[in-house]
Amino acid sequence: MSAVEDVATEAPAVEAVPKRAMTLGAGTSLVVLALLFLVPAFAKNFIVFQMTMLLIYGLAVLALNILTGGSGQFSLGQSAFYAIGAYTSAILMEQYNVNYALTLPVAGVICFGAGFLFGQPALRLSGVYLALATFALATAMPQLLKLNFFEKWTGGVQGLVVTKPDAPFGLHLSQDVWLYYFTLVVVVAIYIFSVNLLRSRSGRAFMAIRDNEIAASAMGIDVALYKTLAFGVSAGITGVAGGLGAIAVQFVAPDSYTIQLAISLFLGMVVGGVGWLPGSIVGSAFIIFVPNIAEGISKGLSGAVFGVLLFLVIFLVPHGARQVAVVCQQALGKLRGL
Amino acid sequence: MELFTNQILAGIATGAIYACMALAVVMIYQAIDHLNFAQGEMAMFSTFISWQLMQWGVPYWAAFVLTLALSFAAGIAIERLLFKPLAKAPILTNVAGFIALYAIINSFAGLIWDFTIKQYPTPFGSSPFLGSQLISTHQAGMIGITLLLLLMLYFFFQFTRVGLAMRAAASLPESARLVGINTSWMIALGWGMAAAIGSIAGMMIAPVVFLEPNMMLGVLIYGFAAAVLGGLTSPFGAVIGGFLVGIFENLAGTYIPGVGNELKLPIALALIITVLVVKPAGLFGRHIVKRV
Repeated sequence: MSAVEDVATEAPAVEAVPKRAMTLGAGTSLVVLALLFLVPAFAKNFIVFQMTMLLIYGLAVLALNILTGGSGQFSLGQSAFYAIGAYTSAILMEQYNVNYALTLPVAGVICFGAGFLFGQPALRLSGVYLALATFALATAMPQLLKLNFFEKWTGGVQGLVVTKPDAPFGLHLSQDVWLYYFTLVVVVAIYIFSVNLLRSRSGRAFMAIRDNEIAASAMGIDVALYKTLAFGVSAGITGVAGGLGAIAVQFVAPDSYTIQLAISLFLGMVVGGVGWLPGSIVGSAFIIFVPNIAEGISKGLSGAVFGVLLFLVIFLVPHGARQVAVVCQQALGKLRGL
Repeated sequence: MELFTNQILAGIATGAIYACMALAVVMIYQAIDHLNFAQGEMAMFSTFISWQLMQWGVPYWAAFVLTLALSFAAGIAIERLLFKPLAKAPILTNVAGFIALYAIINSFAGLIWDFTIKQYPTPFGSSPFLGSQLISTHQAGMIGITLLLLLMLYFFFQFTRVGLAMRAAASLPESARLVGINTSWMIALGWGMAAAIGSIAGMMIAPVVFLEPNMMLGVLIYGFAAAVLGGLTSPFGAVIGGFLVGIFENLAGTYIPGVGNELKLPIALALIITVLVVKPAGLFGRHIVKRV
């Protein structure tokens, strides 16, 4: 060991968000839920499909939010876990005729394992390096899925076609509407799980690590365990989102899960507000609808529009949708005071 | 045995590409303590500019020097305009900024020069080097340029006042400010230099991988693997790491069945993960102690 060692005091990876500021109040949550419940009554099938995708991407952004907003670790590799989840569901449904609802927990568990394992080497990295290592994971994933070795399960470059499930119990719902409600139930259940997780002992451990790793370890928190656990939980939820995505889109192929998807999810998190769980839906709306608008303005420009908007968010509203929500709340409070 | 030595030679040739990129990655780390995702895209854009200059009839070396100067200026401009205001922001904000830059540059390159693959000239010619079939004069020239660059960087950091000031500003900003170093401009200078080195890497790589907006993705991942292997704090290590990664890639492709071009990126990923598990500081990196 050399006599002179570099001593570094690092800037915080992520701004500390108190756990109360992470969620909406009970009243607001119920209003949002009721609105989401009523959507299919007023919308056409295509819009219902888009709302389903909104929920699914929202779930994936939520997963990233637990990892980054909760435990302060970065990931640009969420698309890899999303792909694993999607392929798990698709393969189970198509090759082994498993019921679609049962494939989701399997996808979640497999992705939890994958995330937990990937979390081990990721422990050595922090901040930007972690982002780059996960970036490598995301870029490697489509090539792995194309391998000849897996082709009899994955269908290789061609991908797999997934059948859309019908509404059960003789319900008179179209496939799209049924899938929307199914997704909504799954997403709400996972949202409640996530909120409770962040309020629990484990959640507090995540946040302690996020705010100061060394202090957290001095307080007796097993830093390695909780960091990998956060990775696992995040990957697991992303896997469920991936499975839902495969069922909704009815198709999986290696090139649907490129680094572009991972970047979109990251972007959704930043726009929604890091560490603010309800913001995930706002972020997801952003990544679904903005590219459409951008493509409308000029083909091939969506990357630039994305980038410019991201810079605007960073400079003008660094806390994303959370900041906007707080400003609105204060404005409302003032109106009431008059 | 001949196959083995040939593969090692070919590995050194491809390794030069990665060494160049790894050098740029480590360089910007030395200067700003962050890793720039947009590095590859910036290099790609610089290469396109040099290509455009040559299309307009500028001779190769003039275009080379002009691109170098433009990239240096652009690097400084990007830092001053976009990243200086973020200096105090959390790392997450910086990462988001890098990604935004990545998306913008990639998109604009596609818009201006479209996504078709373009031939890119080499100044060294592409005849066999010293009669060897595996290593062309271009690859030999590329190795030479990488080593020359490393030597120049070494002298710059060890023996010039600005180089010393840059190292000081990167390792202990407060103390550096106290002795009168303008740390803010040192960071800008670091951006400029990284952009310039990146543009050299791009112009050297383009004849091999062909010019297109996504040409740098795989190279950046391999460059990062090389930097991790060599140790992220050491420019020398980055270059050695680059050559080692190139050799490893070629040997794996030859001797491990089922590993071909389609597995290029997973190999890099496996390499990164292995190094991080076995020797996180890399071969030549220094251990960093953190304080509360």
